[in-house]
Amino acid sequence: MRLPYFPGCTLYTRARGLDYSTRAALAALGIELEELPNWTCCGTAFPLAQDNYMGMVAAARILASAARYNGRLVTVCSFCYHVLKRVNHCIKNDVEARRKLNDYLEQDYGGETVPVHPLEILKHDVGWEALRARARGRLKGLKVVCYYGCLLVRPATEMAFDDPENPTLMEEFAAALGAEPVSFPQRTACCGSYQVLHAYDVVASRGREILAGAAAHGAQALITSCPLCQFNLDWLQGRGEGTVSPALPVLYFTQLLGTALELPLDGLGFESHYIDPRPLLLGN
Amino acid sequence: MAEDKEMVSIYIMGKQYRVPYGVTIMKAMEYAGYRFIRGCGCRGGVCGACGTVYRKPGDFRLKVGLACQTVVEDGMHLTQIPFYPANKATYNLEELTPTLATLLRHYPEMARCLGCNSCTRICPQELQVMDYMAAAQRGDIARTAHMSFDCIMCGLCASRCPAEIVQYNVALLARRLYGRHVAPRAEHLARRVEEIRAGKFDAEIERLMKMDRAELQRLYDARDIEP
Repeated sequence: MRLPYFPGCTLYTRARGLDYSTRAALAALGIELEELPNWTCCGTAFPLAQDNYMGMVAAARILASAARYNGRLVTVCSFCYHVLKRVNHCIKNDVEARRKLNDYLEQDYGGETVPVHPLEILKHDVGWEALRARARGRLKGLKVVCYYGCLLVRPATEMAFDDPENPTLMEEFAAALGAEPVSFPQRTACCGSYQVLHAYDVVASRGREILAGAAAHGAQALITSCPLCQFNLDWLQGRGEGTVSPALPVLYFTQLLGTALELPLDGLGFESHYIDPRPLLLGN
Repeated sequence: MAEDKEMVSIYIMGKQYRVPYGVTIMKAMEYAGYRFIRGCGCRGGVCGACGTVYRKPGDFRLKVGLACQTVVEDGMHLTQIPFYPANKATYNLEELTPTLATLLRHYPEMARCLGCNSCTRICPQELQVMDYMAAAQRGDIARTAHMSFDCIMCGLCASRCPAEIVQYNVALLARRLYGRHVAPRAEHLARRVEEIRAGKFDAEIERLMKMDRAELQRLYDARDIEP
């Protein structure tokens, strides 16, 4: 199966590991991602003002450009997925927004493209049973916490991803890989996000709380689909300010998937991590 | 009626002039009495000094062209924008690394791009300006360099950018980074320079310099012309 793919800017720089592991792991499962020939930044932040159409232009163009594939558009970064999904929802449901955006972009797009996240593909196209059969026990007994953060699940009516307060998709995924998902209270908390640029102390205290919560529940690793969550939690510990000992490796869920599928660890982008997950993964 | 076919009306900064049919905007402006001391360079469509914006009757769209290349049309309203006061970073190329961080350090405003595409719509070279800026924003120096290669630095993109980005200077930095730090070094060029230094072509040059005009002319006419 071939699906169009929107990587997003961060996956070309800091979050290379998310891009490499997503492509490699899905390819190993028979899903080939075809990068859109031309794409721009999605806009990163969904505009909070309802009539800020300028902030939706880039996402609307990307969604329309993917419409010729007659179906889904895969994107894995939590920010990109959030923005594309919400702008698409807006185009579908807000007549004024649709008219304004189409007028400006000189296109006729009605929200036909369906942005999908690889976790949804894994559940619905691959299936947990098939995944269980493919994962060969490399992760057996590995205790992972699944960190959704805020962008994947909220606002629930627009994202329609999973239960916003008690999501289970990532835990089902981790369990199918043979790992042992453990719950913790901060699963859907915000990591402080881009406040890391302006208010480092806020992000550091949020991060310490999240890491402490995970460690208190016995986690050996944390998985996420968000480049900024990954950076904030990993960098904090890289600076020696994480307070949990031993430090908790922060992985993309796709890196865990690649590991479970016994792909070469060299190709999964671990080298840029501040806390290297490889000793933990190889020890299992 | 004959006169109507030979002359057209154009509006330079709002004032009407009758100028000969079929001439370029630059020639028409000179015909109308303008004398260029700036905003005019090669007159051959290469240097980018004579960027011009215009509109035609009954069309809301802003059009662009180089004054030295664009032929006047009846009813055209135009003004030249030969220079734009744009941010331009200074740097020592040798000390830079070909990364997104380098681009952002010199042009932090490039992160303000909203993807409005005004730059692409205005580009007289028909470059995909927004797309090469998108490549720049994800640190793809090679793609930015290749996609912007035909840029003539006219500055019209910067004049239209609501985020006040200077696309052509960002692209210039990307091309310099690519040429100095990414593209493979031209080994054959270094070898040829060595050959020249070692005197391989001295005798031939010497012979040409002593040649009489007729012989030189014959040699020139019979030269290999690259396709």
